[in-house]
Amino acid sequence: MRETVGEKIFRIIVLAGLTVFVAVPLYVMVTTSLKPLGDVQAGFSWIPSRLTITPFIEMWSTVPLAKYFMNSLIVTTVATLFSVGVATLAAYAVSRWRFRGRGPFMTTVLSTQMFPGVLFLLPLYLIFVNIDATFGVPLVGTRIGLIITYLTFSLPFAIWMLVGYFDGIPRELDQAGKVDGASNLTILLRIILPAARPGIVAVAIYAFMTAWGEVLFASVLTTEETRTLAVGLRQYATQTNVYWNQVLAASLAVSIPVVVGFLMMQKNFVAGLTAGAVK
Amino acid sequence: MTSLTAPEGTATPPKRPDRPTPRRPRHHLFPYLIIAPAVLLELLIHIIPMATGFWMSFIELTKFFIRRWTEAPFSGLENYRIAVDLNTPVGQELLNSFVVTLAFTALVVGLSWGLGMAAAVALQRPFAGRGIFRTLFLIPYALPLYAAVITWNFMLQRDTGAVNHVLVDQLGLLDGAPFWLIGDNAFISVVVVAIWRMWPFAFLMFMAGLQSIPGELYEASAVDGASPMRQWRSVTLPMLAPVNQTLLLVMFLWVFNDFNTPYVLFGTAQPPAGDLISFHIYNASFLSWDFGVGSAMSVLLLLFLLVVSLVYLYFTQWKKEKNNA
Repeated sequence: MRETVGEKIFRIIVLAGLTVFVAVPLYVMVTTSLKPLGDVQAGFSWIPSRLTITPFIEMWSTVPLAKYFMNSLIVTTVATLFSVGVATLAAYAVSRWRFRGRGPFMTTVLSTQMFPGVLFLLPLYLIFVNIDATFGVPLVGTRIGLIITYLTFSLPFAIWMLVGYFDGIPRELDQAGKVDGASNLTILLRIILPAARPGIVAVAIYAFMTAWGEVLFASVLTTEETRTLAVGLRQYATQTNVYWNQVLAASLAVSIPVVVGFLMMQKNFVAGLTAGAVK
Repeated sequence: MTSLTAPEGTATPPKRPDRPTPRRPRHHLFPYLIIAPAVLLELLIHIIPMATGFWMSFIELTKFFIRRWTEAPFSGLENYRIAVDLNTPVGQELLNSFVVTLAFTALVVGLSWGLGMAAAVALQRPFAGRGIFRTLFLIPYALPLYAAVITWNFMLQRDTGAVNHVLVDQLGLLDGAPFWLIGDNAFISVVVVAIWRMWPFAFLMFMAGLQSIPGELYEASAVDGASPMRQWRSVTLPMLAPVNQTLLLVMFLWVFNDFNTPYVLFGTAQPPAGDLISFHIYNASFLSWDFGVGSAMSVLLLLFLLVVSLVYLYFTQWKKEKNNA
């Protein structure tokens, strides 16, 4: 099928327009992070007067970036691991058994996705405060509270996506395992998980991205000691002098791991969406 | 696979069997066992807080009662009355925030839909460099939200930002450099930033959807002499209907609930023109420490979203059934 002239013009206009729209902020982010502070404060210029990596060095001492980075890394990694584990078990149950409450479980899990974070925030904050007061389990201001919260946030999408993946794995494989005397857990670990690896990877990336970028709960549930990047990066701007080159250097540095991870796995992600939403 | 029809009471695990039969009850218990962690977490983080939030909206939960909330006096519908009383600043600001959010949602969802669709269609045919565009377009979605919004915040600075540099210095479109993060312009800013973040998601979903459209459909319609525009309307759009149905609802809910974009863009000093509703409720609760009124606003927001979602699902499903009939 030949492409018409009209289609070609449409394609060029759309791609050129969107490329400018997407690329300009990315360009500003990268070049500003390589500019000396004097350049940034003197007014905007597209071409830096000179390139310097000092913002990438100084950003560590202007605010305790390393501490925020570690907090984010710990909270996000632990939340991701548990989220994938919990979602895998739940998706296995939903995909392989017709148990009582299966339908309501899926409906409830999916509908929680709909509701505004701010709706959970106030009560959750109060519940955490009161659990602390009653049972002495510190959930406000600690990493544990944030981990539990984040891991639950990625559960609905993770379960939904994994059920789609598991449903696509033929049950004959389970049966063959059963005949060989394998337990349910062995079947999950040895048969289902290897076959669903792209789905697991996609879910892990989604959980990581969700926790890494979350702002609202981090701003309320953390203290100076447990502050994550999402909140910590704002500190560059609360100083009397805004170190824009360092802010953007730090933003760039904390973005690279997630962006690279996502772009490497985008095929899995699209495949997972196709398995779930599109059908 | 074993189907579970036996009543729950029989599910006591027996001693390790010498006979083969007692294996069955273990199957009954197993799915509940492995789904339990997910259920517990959902209860702790979503379900119980939601129920608590509902209850909180009926009590006088000011700063004084935060640590002794069981003693907070019941106040009936008082919190709701305060929230929607249009004769007071609280009610007027909530109404303003609701209107701003409606306009924001319509613009962001509509334009993100259009851009996502245009990009997906433009990249439908294979050509050299297609992968590069696809990767580039997905970056705004992959970036952590705060990193993206901080960059925009810098670009929108009055004196040192790229936006005024282009509009005033380079193109000369405006006489004086305007503020973008305070005043009425704040609305334009938050809309543009939200679209920048949101449209790649629409693009991603449409791309996934387009992959499942068989090429023969286009060939057949081309033989019939259909123009590209006609093909889009008669082949692409109907085939994307299932994607569209999910996408529009999900985008509506996300955009309407968006807290992070205004929070990172404006800080806690929100301009009235950019006072989106989640952000408004947050400020109303945490700046005044009146959680009762904040909860009442949350419940009202939830009711609104629920009604819109149900109406939407009712009409889309109804249309689908009518088409099938």
